[in-house]
Amino acid sequence: MIVGAGGAGLRAAIEVSGKCRTAVLTKLYPTRSHTGAAQGGMCAALANVEEDYWEWHAFDTVKGSDYLGDQPAIDVMCQEAIDAVIDLEHFGLAFSRTPEGKIDQRRFGGHTRNHGEAPVRRSCYAADRTGHMILQTLYQQCVARDVNFFNEFQVFDVLFEGEGAEKRCAGVVAYELSTGDLHVFASKGVLFATGGYGKMFRISSNAHTLTGDGPGVLFQNGLPMEDLEFYQFHPTGIYGLGILLTEGARGEGGILRNGLGERFMERVAPTVKDLAPRDMVSRAIHAEIKEGRGAGPDKDYVYLDLTHLPPEQIDAKLPDITGFVRTYLGIEPKTDPIPIQPTAHYAMGGIPTNINGEVVIDTNNTVMPGLYAAGECACVSVHGANRLGTNSLLDIVVFGRRGGRAMAEYVNVVNHPNITKSAANKVRDHIERVKASGGGEKVAELRTTLQETMTRNASVVRTEESLREAKATIDDLRKRYQSISIDDKGSIFNSDLTEALELSHLLDLANGLVMGAIARQESRGAHWRDDFPTRNDVKWMKHTFAYQDEDGNVTLKYKAVVGGKYQPMERKY
Amino acid sequence: MVTTTSKRDVVDAMKLLTVHLRIKRYNPEVDTRPHWQDFEIQAKAADTVLNALHTIKWTIDGSLSFRRSCAHGVCGSDAMVINGENKLSCVNLISDVGTDLVIEPIRGLPVIKDLIVDMEPFFAQYRSVIPYLIADDDPGYKERYQSQDERARYDDTTKCILCACCTTSCPVYWANGEYVGPAAIINAHRFIFDSRDHAAERRLDILNQKSGVWRCRTSFNCTEACPRGIKVTQAIEEVKRAILYDRI
Repeated sequence: MIVGAGGAGLRAAIEVSGKCRTAVLTKLYPTRSHTGAAQGGMCAALANVEEDYWEWHAFDTVKGSDYLGDQPAIDVMCQEAIDAVIDLEHFGLAFSRTPEGKIDQRRFGGHTRNHGEAPVRRSCYAADRTGHMILQTLYQQCVARDVNFFNEFQVFDVLFEGEGAEKRCAGVVAYELSTGDLHVFASKGVLFATGGYGKMFRISSNAHTLTGDGPGVLFQNGLPMEDLEFYQFHPTGIYGLGILLTEGARGEGGILRNGLGERFMERVAPTVKDLAPRDMVSRAIHAEIKEGRGAGPDKDYVYLDLTHLPPEQIDAKLPDITGFVRTYLGIEPKTDPIPIQPTAHYAMGGIPTNINGEVVIDTNNTVMPGLYAAGECACVSVHGANRLGTNSLLDIVVFGRRGGRAMAEYVNVVNHPNITKSAANKVRDHIERVKASGGGEKVAELRTTLQETMTRNASVVRTEESLREAKATIDDLRKRYQSISIDDKGSIFNSDLTEALELSHLLDLANGLVMGAIARQESRGAHWRDDFPTRNDVKWMKHTFAYQDEDGNVTLKYKAVVGGKYQPMERKY
Repeated sequence: MVTTTSKRDVVDAMKLLTVHLRIKRYNPEVDTRPHWQDFEIQAKAADTVLNALHTIKWTIDGSLSFRRSCAHGVCGSDAMVINGENKLSCVNLISDVGTDLVIEPIRGLPVIKDLIVDMEPFFAQYRSVIPYLIADDDPGYKERYQSQDERARYDDTTKCILCACCTTSCPVYWANGEYVGPAAIINAHRFIFDSRDHAAERRLDILNQKSGVWRCRTSFNCTEACPRGIKVTQAIEEVKRAILYDRI
């Protein structure tokens, strides 16, 4: 059973198909998944256009993670990246090509030659729609393998059987959107690949549907979430909207400028300039705006300037994002700079797993048999405190494949679980309660309040005070959530209802994120505390494990980072 | 460097406008047939039609049902008929489509509820054209080469997001649901003209049948409807020529 049909879910489905009976459950249609919105590329040290080695890629990923990534997992990802790209090429992916016909590669933030010397061309891409191509290609391969899809089935609970060391995952409860029926799926193996939870922020590059359903369901069942406080803000979201403009735009030569026209990244990262990692660029933008050098009437944005690039290069390499700018801002990027601001983009944290996609349930790496996770909803951890651009597309194909392979091996040696229809009662009660409630609190109003407080208080720059304010708002919202009521009492495509259930996931995960962020009194990667502006390796080189009890209270535990050959050093670019 | 903020006047873009929406509603649990319902909301000129629908759903009537996900025109969830034309609601601004909007579900597929139609027939037609790469050679564990010209040959049709705007704008498809429709044909085109693929003949055989390309009457509705700017009709013509002249 695979929950979610983005890149990770589909890659896992390809891996398990033919080895065991497979079903993919998705609350959308597979091709609607947000993998399709990824633009810039997927890094792998193919060395097609210049010298490169997977070890350099691993070094960059470790350094980019601000030394919170687990180095053995990063080694696996960067080594297997090369196979993963070749696999995709064999599956038919329409990569952009070099004049000799090889897969072309371009520069991307934080990816360097020889341990930081200069930017390197490592990102394999298909114009600025690499994610679209990956999603389509993987779906095509699933069609070729006749994978069994349950489209528009939304999972609202996970099932277990046995106690103590005998406990194992036994299936899921899914809500069929077109009928309102609840289905109990008994399954020997379940792999969650449900994506991120960026809809807890107001300015976000994420789809409306990215509500953390997989992590939310597991968190609500007492399983831990790892490193929730590490949430990435992409530097170049369209001003006011948050729609993503790929880092590939800077890889192609685009420049960030403040309201005075200055190339401010020269000051922040003298070597790689605009191609510094995302956490650093987002903070630099924040600083420019805070210090009064923003652009526009309220001086609250900066520019992405592509005007010096040849128009043919823009048309060939960045057609989609320049189209977004024309559509939503009415600006011609060939002649005018583009107003941008950081946008909530990617969850480094999530469901803790090992390198085989097996979900671990404590800080001793104990595995929950039968339960797997891959992609953005999972935390291996290869991204640590800050993900490098392109490593998410890499993550989904590498760990989707590994998770699928491990699950197929496992399900072929265990018995079928015994699950009864009554397993759906918990979800049924929740649904009936929401439908029957006359409490008067509105889902949209609660969600907007959550998004406002998260963007204001828990984003690029945080303090104890701002996080406490977010926490107080979340506490209040969770109380009010008990009194939500909805207009639609029907059974067919009741998105009024599903939005209400999704909100419970966002609230719980936001609470876990803020609790982790309050506790972590240091600045590392995407987690920047103005009141603790340095990294503290002595005290904080460790992963957060957040547990939620039945009353919704969170406790935090910690697990040491797994090191390797790269010792922590100051992050300069 | 030019430092103007926008060619579009920022003040105008932010001004609140009164928007009238006439939406075709149908709830099979209550209604025997579809009916129109009028809404009046406040929206900015720079808001999308999807924003306007969300305003209704989140502040007036939570039962209004429509599909949406990415909200910037790449997922293909929210095709609908807006003032008579097939469009994605998330890439059309109020300033583009006006303040009097008539919104209906896309045509030619069974309506399930409000703006939600049954997409299964559409995806079944997509699956029928062998929409995946079939290569007989074994490249071993290395990439196949493809020249930039070979890659450019099928670039246009790789852009498809399967939103169904093209297929459900086709008058032939409205009259005859057996026709595979433009979306299926361009997804076949994407592989027929991919130099790495070896199953063009099988796809051309499928598209040479009664349900295939010869149903196309070249009305260009599909090309006009495509939110990705794919030259759909041209792709269909290229497939027709490949069948007629055995030329790929």
